[in-house]
Amino acid sequence: MDHQVLTTVLFLAVVALTVGITFWASRQTSGTADFYAGGRSFSGIQNGLAIGGDYMSAASFLGISGAIALSGYDGFLYSIGFLVAWLVALLLVAEMLRNSGRYTMADQLAYRMRQRPVRMAAATSTVVVSIFYLLAQMVGAGALVTLLLDVDSQATKNLVIVAVGALMVFYVTVGGMKGTTWVQIVKAVLLMTGSALIVVLVLAKFDFNLSELLGTAADNSGAGQAFLEPGLKYGATLTSKIDFLSLGIALVLGTAGLPHILIRFYTVPTSRDARKSVLWAIGLIGVFYLFTLVLGFGAAALLDTSTLDAAGNLASPKLAEEVGGGAGSTGGAILLALIAAVAFATILAVVAGLVLTSSASVAHDIYNNVIKKGKATEQEEIRMTRFAAAGIGLVAILLAIPAQNLNIAFLVALAFAIAASANLPAIVYNMFWRRFNTRGATWSIYGGLGSALILVFFSPVVSGKGEDAAGKNLSLLPTSIDISWFPLENPGIISIPLGFLAGYLGTISSREPTAEERYTELEVRALSGAGAEQAITH
Amino acid sequence: MTTHDHDPDQAARHDPVYDELHARPEFTELRRLYRGFVFPATVAFLSWYLLYVVMSNWAGDFMSKQVFGNINVALIFGLLQFVTTFLLAWLYSRYSTSKLDPLAKVIDDEYRATKAKGH
Repeated sequence: MDHQVLTTVLFLAVVALTVGITFWASRQTSGTADFYAGGRSFSGIQNGLAIGGDYMSAASFLGISGAIALSGYDGFLYSIGFLVAWLVALLLVAEMLRNSGRYTMADQLAYRMRQRPVRMAAATSTVVVSIFYLLAQMVGAGALVTLLLDVDSQATKNLVIVAVGALMVFYVTVGGMKGTTWVQIVKAVLLMTGSALIVVLVLAKFDFNLSELLGTAADNSGAGQAFLEPGLKYGATLTSKIDFLSLGIALVLGTAGLPHILIRFYTVPTSRDARKSVLWAIGLIGVFYLFTLVLGFGAAALLDTSTLDAAGNLASPKLAEEVGGGAGSTGGAILLALIAAVAFATILAVVAGLVLTSSASVAHDIYNNVIKKGKATEQEEIRMTRFAAAGIGLVAILLAIPAQNLNIAFLVALAFAIAASANLPAIVYNMFWRRFNTRGATWSIYGGLGSALILVFFSPVVSGKGEDAAGKNLSLLPTSIDISWFPLENPGIISIPLGFLAGYLGTISSREPTAEERYTELEVRALSGAGAEQAITH
Repeated sequence: MTTHDHDPDQAARHDPVYDELHARPEFTELRRLYRGFVFPATVAFLSWYLLYVVMSNWAGDFMSKQVFGNINVALIFGLLQFVTTFLLAWLYSRYSTSKLDPLAKVIDDEYRATKAKGH
């Protein structure tokens, strides 16, 4: 069968399934607790799967395996950092956040601080982080379709990016948190099953001997044993080594500051369920990142990696085609279509979560609490969420179009660096430091956010990296413009400490007795769940 | 439930029931046990992870040693990060179920009882 027909059918099946789920969910959604938090009625296992579906993005499925396929062992850092990061979420954040907030990341700060400044700050960083994350997903969608339809036309890619944007706005405006959660659960199951299948087929080619797989990958890569050792991509100079360290720090500290992950903890009835859902997520995500090792080295061993796209984003689907029997074979066509559809489902589930989170923050924090001073009705707030979803979708589309030559995992790592710089300091200080106050919170959020953005803007990502051997521009701006002065591609090593420092300075330079007094209440509630938001029963 | 019937620019009014709960020995114990686990555990896993990143950068010779076949120290070190993550998650789950949850329940029950009396 022609693989394009099959692929198109499977893509449409994924779209139909998710649209169906969304309509079903919309009939069970009435107020804001339903719309933003799914009625807080998901079980620990369901939410664990949904977290997996929310977290294992195109960056994980396409980006990491591509990074390993092209730069060998150095790409594996992503898998490790993305996983270990969950311990921060489990130990320090998940349960206490569940007990002290309602719908958004800002709730937890607004619990004891001046509503308007902290909500404005938290909503700003929520939107910025989510947009960075979103554009990575849309780059993935564009790349996938190029491969599947065998067209390298910019117009087609742009059209796909626009279509994904429209779909994600639909999921969120119609299905709310219930629809989004079920889309993520279904996606997690599809992704785990699909990648397990490819992993088994790859390993079978090497008689389930990992050492042999690695050896073939090393030989085929042209780099020899260096392909299996750290340093191939990042080991050349001191600057690149520091970049690697910076990336590692951003990965491990970013997860617990990602707004779309944080609001998932509100969808379960109790903090015990929040803990249980993180445990499930760690299990699921851990196994998946072990798969990426096989997918990445498998692609290096079995494919001619010089034929991959510049960023390696298509390594996994190409590998699926290869283990199915190769290009032109029926088995290859079926597996390629299947894995591409799984990747597409992956992207849709993640973008839905991102748009929901950021538009909820615009409506709940900025519109209701800052502009309307908390007097908007639930219906008005939900209507504003829908407008915001459309606006955020549009911005992500416009930014994704010029970013298409960047590796997705790399782009997501920037979102991690921004989240770790802007959000994590405020969250941690708020939970553990009585003295922490409004000025400290706003300084840490704006300080971390601003420094991360400024450093990225003047980094080689945006300009000054020149062209690769094939003449493709490696930076975002045209090669004629070079405004770069910051040598690192990931700003985490500077901007995360700056976020913590700004929060510290803001706090000690002001006093806010109400915030300190209310810490007593926050602490009791966060640790024991006394007075926490309850699940709603229909 | 949080209260929203106040000056919207100030954090919600303080509820005195929390001062009583905060002063209870069960709460002091809960906080001590929670922090006693998570603070050292966080320092430990972050150091262990950073050690891995730093050694990948600056201990290339050691990391490239082949242990068996093409499996080198770097790969084993990376896989050990998975093992320790799973292990710590499991230990924390066991610890919080047996040590933290019962204390949290005492505080929560007390809160509900106070509220039921109509405070």
